[in-house]
Amino acid sequence: MDTVIDQLPKSVDAAAALPACVNGLPNFEFPSIDTPSAFLRAFTDDASNPDVPIKPQHGTTTLAFKFQGGIIVAVDSRASAGSWIASQKVKKVLEINPFMLGTMAGGAADCQFWERWLGSQCRLYELRNKKRISVSAASKILANVTYHYKGSGLSMGTMVCGYSEKNNTLEPEIYYVDSDGSRVAGQLFSVGSGQTFAYGVLDQGYDYNLSVEDALTLGKRAIIAATHRDAYSGNSCNLYHLKPTGWVYHGNYDAAAEIWRLKEAEGSFNDIRTK
Amino acid sequence: MSNPSEINGGSAVAMIGKDCVAIACDLRLGLQSVTVSGDFEKIFQYGGNFVAFTGLATDVQTVSTELRQKHALYEMVEERSMEPNTAAHLVSSMLYSRRFAPWFVGPLVAGINSTTGEPYVCSFDSIGSMDVSHDFVVTGTATNQLYGMAESLYEKDMSPEQLFETISQTLLCAADRDAITGSGGLVYVIEKNGKVTKKLLKSRQD
Repeated sequence: MDTVIDQLPKSVDAAAALPACVNGLPNFEFPSIDTPSAFLRAFTDDASNPDVPIKPQHGTTTLAFKFQGGIIVAVDSRASAGSWIASQKVKKVLEINPFMLGTMAGGAADCQFWERWLGSQCRLYELRNKKRISVSAASKILANVTYHYKGSGLSMGTMVCGYSEKNNTLEPEIYYVDSDGSRVAGQLFSVGSGQTFAYGVLDQGYDYNLSVEDALTLGKRAIIAATHRDAYSGNSCNLYHLKPTGWVYHGNYDAAAEIWRLKEAEGSFNDIRTK
Repeated sequence: MSNPSEINGGSAVAMIGKDCVAIACDLRLGLQSVTVSGDFEKIFQYGGNFVAFTGLATDVQTVSTELRQKHALYEMVEERSMEPNTAAHLVSSMLYSRRFAPWFVGPLVAGINSTTGEPYVCSFDSIGSMDVSHDFVVTGTATNQLYGMAESLYEKDMSPEQLFETISQTLLCAADRDAITGSGGLVYVIEKNGKVTKKLLKSRQD
């Protein structure tokens, strides 16, 4: 019987696209030369070679902060390769599971792959231990990976945010993890090419006792400020609020519309020429 | 980004219509990723000739001022106004005089010949190669994006109003795909009867 079904491959191995695992980590092939990172840099770093064949996506502004009502996560949505705007609507908040969010700065592929992989590790932990993984443990799994691949050209700056159980209560936690292998806990971070602009607004308006509404407004305002001054951030802002019951998505806001609206509403952005 | 032509960012475009020409530029001035100003005009008027300079901002300023002097001198010595094709040749020879230490600029010339009434647009590379066009010319960091937009939107013999719409959409849409072009735009529409309209385009500020 030659039905369509018979013509399909006998076994479809979903994992075949992934490299085989060694010591629990996907095993990637390296170029067989002395310094893989230098080799990779010659092909991917546009600062050292403007004609690189592979241009990873770079510019970004992301932020996350703890406050009385939980955690706010806000990001922009521009993907650029050099000055070329490769995408105007990137999702830079990666939903690891309903209780944990990861942010994305640096290489888009690196962040997407490893945070998805982290999601599966967190799920496995849950199945094995019959309880949710803590943010500190999850971020350490990621940091162990970035440290393992240190010097090999991974590029990522990420914030792992969520609630974890600490002495029988749920506590909000933010961990900054990057491709140097750093892992730092904190209550306010901003990461990416526009981070300084976002910090400027955040430091000016941040207070732990902010209401949920004001905290959401501040997070969005800081991203919008960064999109205005940083050429490699822009297009729109994605907003999230993390609560003990999980994360809540608070929408996508067009940066251009927001800037003109804020200019009118707050009397800010007065450097913009209008006539 | 050590390429001098891409430090400050910016783009310009010029188009020919029926008995009119238009020339447009963005307003951004940046230092690499940081937008420093949204009020940096790149189009300069020399009598009836409009010249846009994109590229390294310091060179945009020196070349545009030096051209102002040369244009004034020409009109005094010749006792007549300068035609667009003459302005183009002047720009070309100025740039070639720096053949071995070029100014990092990409100029455009637009105007209408006062005797023939012919619209004229022309673009250059940084050392003065002239490219006279019968439809449109583009320059700057969003060159590829501008070509894409202009190739698809441009039509022959547009009225001043149609030309304004076309050149504005071309610039705005190109700027949306270039991180270092934008922060507003400026459009000049020059008509055969000598009427010049200058309009500000309020564009996205991200």
